Amino acid sequence: MEALPASISQILNTLLAVLVGVGGVISLYVALDFLIRFLPKNVQQRIRPWIFVGPLLLILAFCLVYPTLNTISLSFLDKRSESFVGLKNYFFAVTNPAMLTAFRNNLLWLVLQTTFSVGLGLVIAVLANRVRYETVVKSLIFLPLAISFVGASVIWRFVYAYKPADVSQIGLLNSILVNFLGLEPIGWFVEKALNNFALIAVGVWLQTGFCMVVLSAAIKSISGEVIEAARVDGANEWQLFWRIIVPMISSTIAVVATTVVISSLKAFDIVFVLTNGNRGTEVLANRMYKEMFQFRDFGRASAIAVILLVAIIPIMAVNIRRFQEQEAVR
Amino acid sequence: MSDRLRNALSSTPLHLVIIGITFIWTLPSVGLLISSLRSKSDVFGTGWWSVFQHPFDFTQYQLDNYIHVLSTEGMGRAFLNSLTITIPSTVIPIAVAAFAAYAFAWMEFPGRQVLFVVVVGLLVVPLQMTLIPLLRVYNKLGLSGTFLGIWLAHTGYGLPFAVYMLRNFIGSLPRDLFESAYLDGASHLTAFSRLALPLSVPAIASLAIFQFLWVWNDLLVALIYLGGTEQVAPLTLKLSAMVQSLGQDWHLLTAAAFVSMALPLIVFFSLQRYFVQGILTGSVKG
Repeated sequence: MEALPASISQILNTLLAVLVGVGGVISLYVALDFLIRFLPKNVQQRIRPWIFVGPLLLILAFCLVYPTLNTISLSFLDKRSESFVGLKNYFFAVTNPAMLTAFRNNLLWLVLQTTFSVGLGLVIAVLANRVRYETVVKSLIFLPLAISFVGASVIWRFVYAYKPADVSQIGLLNSILVNFLGLEPIGWFVEKALNNFALIAVGVWLQTGFCMVVLSAAIKSISGEVIEAARVDGANEWQLFWRIIVPMISSTIAVVATTVVISSLKAFDIVFVLTNGNRGTEVLANRMYKEMFQFRDFGRASAIAVILLVAIIPIMAVNIRRFQEQEAVR
Repeated sequence: MSDRLRNALSSTPLHLVIIGITFIWTLPSVGLLISSLRSKSDVFGTGWWSVFQHPFDFTQYQLDNYIHVLSTEGMGRAFLNSLTITIPSTVIPIAVAAFAAYAFAWMEFPGRQVLFVVVVGLLVVPLQMTLIPLLRVYNKLGLSGTFLGIWLAHTGYGLPFAVYMLRNFIGSLPRDLFESAYLDGASHLTAFSRLALPLSVPAIASLAIFQFLWVWNDLLVALIYLGGTEQVAPLTLKLSAMVQSLGQDWHLLTAAAFVSMALPLIVFFSLQRYFVQGILTGSVKG
């Protein structure tokens, strides 16, 4: 195979790139620290902190601050960022039919993905807490998180695969429908009434593990005495769950829920790979991508990005505040 | 009813439910694995569960899909690219964040609090806000399509969270430890590298795993800043392109998907403890 010598040089290239990239950064700090030793002591003391935080601030300014400000200003400009168009792009964003579909879908994602991921995560956390093979269960449920969204999409393509009714089914769901329930196979990505839910299900499959792990830790931190006392008082499992466990971990539930909400607002990969937003499955992040690369309308793409930012800020604020609360209690 | 019987009766439904849910959860992944070991005609003809009719009939399994995918389709290259992208994108943000976290925690300088709040505040910025401007700048500077460009991008995206986590951790280390070090004449650089860093290994490990998995599995950032050229595309990009091009060759797709998942799964299983720790402290990351 002539591929072989090429791959050795590729490997060497990779190693070199990694070493240079990483080593370069670290030596930067050491070098700077060394250089300022030629200055008087008190000046050194004033400058040194800035050497430590300098690279951080520079990188953030370049990668995050400048682009954010720029995008906000771009959203008020036209397609090629040449002339000022006021709120025209935002107007487009809230009236264009494809955009409205995207808004509706993101809302669906938000509500359903969060409810099911958190709900299932909670249920599994509580139940798994009681069996001895708990770690195995948790690892398996958590596993999908290690898989990329793209990989997950391939996996789920197999679950949703459609074949006409007269041919043997290769998709898991359709096989169950046809062979066990005697129904017609369904084109899961095609049926407008179902396709969004099919996509969201993949999202739930991925996020539940995360919710479960965090909630499980929170549940374990509830003191055993409280539970015992409740049992002694005659509470059954149902009451135990709703009256004691849930209230006690409510701030953790909030943190987990907000994280999933933000992730559903940013949903891109699953939609991109499985349907590319066709047949009514469009979402905001996907639309932005299309405006950027297909239609090359940077004004509109920026407006969509700003809308995402505005939607995320309040949720993130809640997230951080709840997290601080949690930390304080710990 | 005896106690044991009652316990058994009440716990059986529990076990059934748990095992049932776990079974359903892993079914899609198992389906993929089995499909990747079957021939093209098998994959198109029957569902993957039919291997269970003759589970030990080894003629129905084959490694051809993997071989094809690794050599002809160039996934070996994509694997190396993923490594080239991911390792620096993990180490660099952590290094930069560690230095800054130490400074925020143990060094005196004006505006220290305000700057920290601003840095953490940047957590709200969604990726999408940065794509257009950064891409334009990259195009002007000739950075798009280069590894350096994507390392920079991933570093920028990962920093707010890393600084937040490390600052909390380093700041909670005992004050006297550092005091006595300074008294003994240690410079900040020494205190940082000999004290703060070694003691922060748990936090750094969790952060590293988190970042590693996130970058390895990323599609959007690679798509935008690297573009799709064969030479630099990582596994995620390659896989999504294959979904388009190999749309009909599902047997190859399954093997490809598994190749892309192999490393994260190994990382995940072997370092699970740190990962979970990271998730717990990191439930803030959006």
